Amino acid sequence: MAITESDVRHVALLARLALTDEQVTTLTAELGAVLGHIDELQRLDLAGVEPTAHPLSMTDRTRPDVVVPGLSRELALLNAPDTDGTAFLIPAFAGAGEES
Amino acid sequence: MSTIDLSALTAREVRRGIASGDFSAREVAESAYARIEALDGEVHAFLQLTPELAFAAADRVDRARAAGEELPPLAGVPAGIKDNMNLIGTRTTCASRILGNYESVYDCTAVSRLLEAGALPIGKCNMDEFAFGSSTENSAYGPTRNPWDLERVPGGSSGGSAACVAAGMASISLGSDTGGSIRQPGALTGTVGLKPTYGRVSRYGVVAFGSSLDQIGPFGKTVDDVALALEAISGADVMDATSSVEPVDPYSEALGRGAQGLRVGIVSDMLAMEGCGEEIRRVVNSSAETFAALGAEVGEVELPSAQHGLAAYYIIGPAEASSNLARFDGIRYGRRVPDADDVLDLYMRSRAEGFGPETIRRIMLGTYALSAGYYDAYYGQAQKARTRIIQDFRAAFERFDVLLTPSTPEVAFRFGEKSDPYTMYLNDYYTIPVNLAGNCAVSVPSGLCTTAGMPMGLQIIGDYFAESTLLRAAAAFEEATHFEPVPPLVRALTGTEGGE
Repeated sequence: MAITESDVRHVALLARLALTDEQVTTLTAELGAVLGHIDELQRLDLAGVEPTAHPLSMTDRTRPDVVVPGLSRELALLNAPDTDGTAFLIPAFAGAGEES
Repeated sequence: MSTIDLSALTAREVRRGIASGDFSAREVAESAYARIEALDGEVHAFLQLTPELAFAAADRVDRARAAGEELPPLAGVPAGIKDNMNLIGTRTTCASRILGNYESVYDCTAVSRLLEAGALPIGKCNMDEFAFGSSTENSAYGPTRNPWDLERVPGGSSGGSAACVAAGMASISLGSDTGGSIRQPGALTGTVGLKPTYGRVSRYGVVAFGSSLDQIGPFGKTVDDVALALEAISGADVMDATSSVEPVDPYSEALGRGAQGLRVGIVSDMLAMEGCGEEIRRVVNSSAETFAALGAEVGEVELPSAQHGLAAYYIIGPAEASSNLARFDGIRYGRRVPDADDVLDLYMRSRAEGFGPETIRRIMLGTYALSAGYYDAYYGQAQKARTRIIQDFRAAFERFDVLLTPSTPEVAFRFGEKSDPYTMYLNDYYTIPVNLAGNCAVSVPSGLCTTAGMPMGLQIIGDYFAESTLLRAAAAFEEATHFEPVPPLVRALTGTEGGE
């Protein structure tokens, strides 16, 4: 499965990365090379093998249902690029919509 | 004040010296900063020094001693902390431009536990950006240099944490290990580096890379120091649901029992890897002989699926990373471009300008592997290969208590030598399968290679939550080899011959 520049542009949009044309060219070659090595997985017969998402079998643990203080508003906003002291501010984008 | 040579003392000896009044914790902290002043201009192990925090902690230790209180296990022990762990009063940059000004707003559990045990937080250590790399060349703030040879890398991603211990700027340090990021720099700098079993140490407060792979672990000059640090940081944490409730053993007490009766397996098929250096391979075989001479039962074992670990890891690791790094969007923290046209433009340019090239590569690779049409072929297949690797390890641990491989296929390489990404990835060939399986493993210095004079590391792998057995084996090997590596840079500074 060779990766193309068009694939790279599509993935960059999914990953929310504004790449330059030069980066797209470089990444197409680099990702292609890495995927070339990784393709050995395609040749393995793993039919019927259960996938592992997590190395240890753990069951959900719950903590006691007690109210404990969380992060204060002041601390939560400490690193905000823009804030009015009560919320995170972002620029107004009138009528702007994201692609779905 | 007389400067204390931290290269000549273990963490245990530092605490003992303070407890018996040979020197104060303040003098220890001053000595650490004197060493940093002398060497870190060249080594660049630290991104940020935290003398206010360190001296405050030192004064608490000195006051406790004056009051006749019993000192905690790491009292006055200077410690470096990888810059992906939060500590109030420090920035946590992950060596990335996107978090250049990020101030910690809470404490990482492992760090708080280390400090509660009396350690002195000397500073935050350099790393590959977001822990993506094996050399620290991916740090946005310049690489760390190997104290053994300033022209060579210290390994990574926890390269600063390894280098500060190797150079005697700290007695111990914390790193994180997703595919070898503690063990590989440990091997390359002649330090002991431990990756605990997945879940042994809480991940709360370490910036996530691969959530099913990441573990925090310690570096030290000796196995005993690493055992002391592990004891301090291990255990269940209400803030991390994946932290284990398995009891924490007194790991340092397991040491000194030798290797008599231990079942030690050489992983023969991995040892035969094409890119593995001849001398490195030889040292693993001679290490096995050392174990046999100590009374261990030595045999051979194969992990046939582990050869696919690298391929599976470069799907699973980037997939988890691409998801974890979605949070850096310029809205709540981190870098934001000032002139965005719309929300999408704000996200896309803030991220593209804030992340370095390797971070972008990993995010792209992970997003691709998870995208529609490729998910089953890549991510699904990698998850199944992971199952096979786990089965291999389980079978091996039915026959053996610990397994042996090299920590790395080669010694520290020169800057710029691995410009091709996959060549760099190969450096973690031996360490990656252990993260996929979730076992514990440690890299122990095994000697200096005769050609480059650089340290080599032996990787010892243990079963789940069998850190006591793992460290017992590591300590027996350490004692039998009598190898206490001190870099030439440090010997020149202190005028000692070292190696005693």
